[in-house]
Amino acid sequence: MNNSSNASNPLHRIMSIARNTFREAIRDRVLYNLIIFVLLLVVCAVLLGDLTDGQEARTIVNIGLNAVLLFGAFIAIFVGVGLVSKEIEKKTVFALFAKPVRRTEFIVGKYLGLCVTLLVNVSIMAAGVTLALLYVGGTSLVVPVWTSSLLIFFELAIITAIAILFSSFSSPALSALLTFLVFVIGHLSASLRDLGNNLGSAVASALFNAIYYLLPNLSIFSFRTEAAIGLTPSISMTGASLSYAIAYSCIALAIAAAVFSRRNFK
Amino acid sequence: MENVVQITDLVKDYETGFFKKKKVRAVDGISLTVSGGQIFGFLGGNGAGKTTTIKILMSLLYPTSGNAQILGSDISDFEMHRRIGYCPENPYFYDYLTPKELLSYFAEIFGISPAESKKRTEELLTQVGLEEKDWNKQLRKFSKGMLQRVGLAQSLINDPELVFLDEPMSGLDPIGRREVRELIASLRDQGKTVFMSTHILSDVEALCDEVAILRKGKLAANGRLDDLLTTHAGDQAFEITLRGIAAEKLSEAFADADIVSRGHGVTLRVSDESKIDTVLAEARKHGGKLTSVQPTKQSLEELFVSKTGE
Repeated sequence: MNNSSNASNPLHRIMSIARNTFREAIRDRVLYNLIIFVLLLVVCAVLLGDLTDGQEARTIVNIGLNAVLLFGAFIAIFVGVGLVSKEIEKKTVFALFAKPVRRTEFIVGKYLGLCVTLLVNVSIMAAGVTLALLYVGGTSLVVPVWTSSLLIFFELAIITAIAILFSSFSSPALSALLTFLVFVIGHLSASLRDLGNNLGSAVASALFNAIYYLLPNLSIFSFRTEAAIGLTPSISMTGASLSYAIAYSCIALAIAAAVFSRRNFK
Repeated sequence: MENVVQITDLVKDYETGFFKKKKVRAVDGISLTVSGGQIFGFLGGNGAGKTTTIKILMSLLYPTSGNAQILGSDISDFEMHRRIGYCPENPYFYDYLTPKELLSYFAEIFGISPAESKKRTEELLTQVGLEEKDWNKQLRKFSKGMLQRVGLAQSLINDPELVFLDEPMSGLDPIGRREVRELIASLRDQGKTVFMSTHILSDVEALCDEVAILRKGKLAANGRLDDLLTTHAGDQAFEITLRGIAAEKLSEAFADADIVSRGHGVTLRVSDESKIDTVLAEARKHGGKLTSVQPTKQSLEELFVSKTGE
């Protein structure tokens, strides 16, 4: 009965779990509401652009990309912390884990499912910004918007991995709070390190350096202001960002999987 | 028949309390074996340790000590899980999925081809008595009984050799219970082994070949149901059925005996073989005639109460 190559292939199971996670997100109306909200925001940006003489396109890109990041982070944090905890709380893992599924495969599958959801969401939101740009004739900023959105997606992939990591050992509310703090500090970590080095205190310097190396440096994904003036990230910057996102997510997921593998499901 | 489940000295402790941790022993040194091709009843009152034991077998909980084997492999063996099925107690599934989607998702997990998955899904949903009009409804709209049926169907998606059912009759109406009983019996007819936890004793009597009874995490009784229900020689009780005599006549002579009028006869229960002759002699004095003498069995309820102390 079993298709032997699929039955023994962990990737096949991971993709099944990812597809199911994506299907869950698609059927969850919260995501649609967010997209509508962003589209409304883009409409507002167009209206606001009328007030900023000659700067419509730039304003649209500024507001639009920040909205893409914030709403993307909102989905990554709140859906991310619920990905695993909801399955435990609703006891849906019971039937699944009695089947030939490794807990690591489950974690990776859930993560990839949400990443695909985020990719679709970021794309729809970027499409909204593009439509607004086309409306005001700012076609030269379309490519910068999409390349900058790609960097935002890489950042959201890290946030999702961190949300899963926290939710593997703490409550959804605490996980959401901790992930949000990482999101905020992650944008400031480079500045914090510089601040620590300038304070002249060895302890402060060590502390801020530890934060810098432990928490993700999310400022490397920031290209929103540059995109608004028509710049696009170089291939090397995009490649480095992608590598950093993959490496950081892999480490976070490996820890999450190790913690999750030891859990008892009462 | 070879053993399909072998549990050895299984112990599971839970920690309760936040600041002052306290250990609670849910499973206390259970050892038992289950041979293949039968329906095995895993009985016990609420909190006896049935679900905890099954969850350990399913690798949802890690045992504190002891070990268990299923189909000759350790419970942690990944490949073994391809050959078993499991329906949790009060099953919960992804409520945004339809029964067809849920079964096809689980079929994917087992690496079953899409064509085979579709065929098997439809067969199983029919087998568990789920009406075709409900196959494409989201599970959030399902009653407890309907979810139970979906739970049974998903536990069989991989055509398992051994299936673990935790309270499979829970939430079902009498007709549903009868249908599920027939389904479980048909699994045995197909050569599968069913390991079923329940506290519905009529289902156990109707279905199970062997049982284990748990009490406060310990094994209180284990063996073939017929053997457990037959009182040991020496304490053997007998049921004497007579005709042509009124119950009152016997009541006078055997004031402490259990006498019941049934139809045209009288049934009298004696706890000692030596009393049979005395009863017959007394009956004949009043013109009574013997219909039958039968050794009686302890009822499952009596056995359950005596073993669980409930």
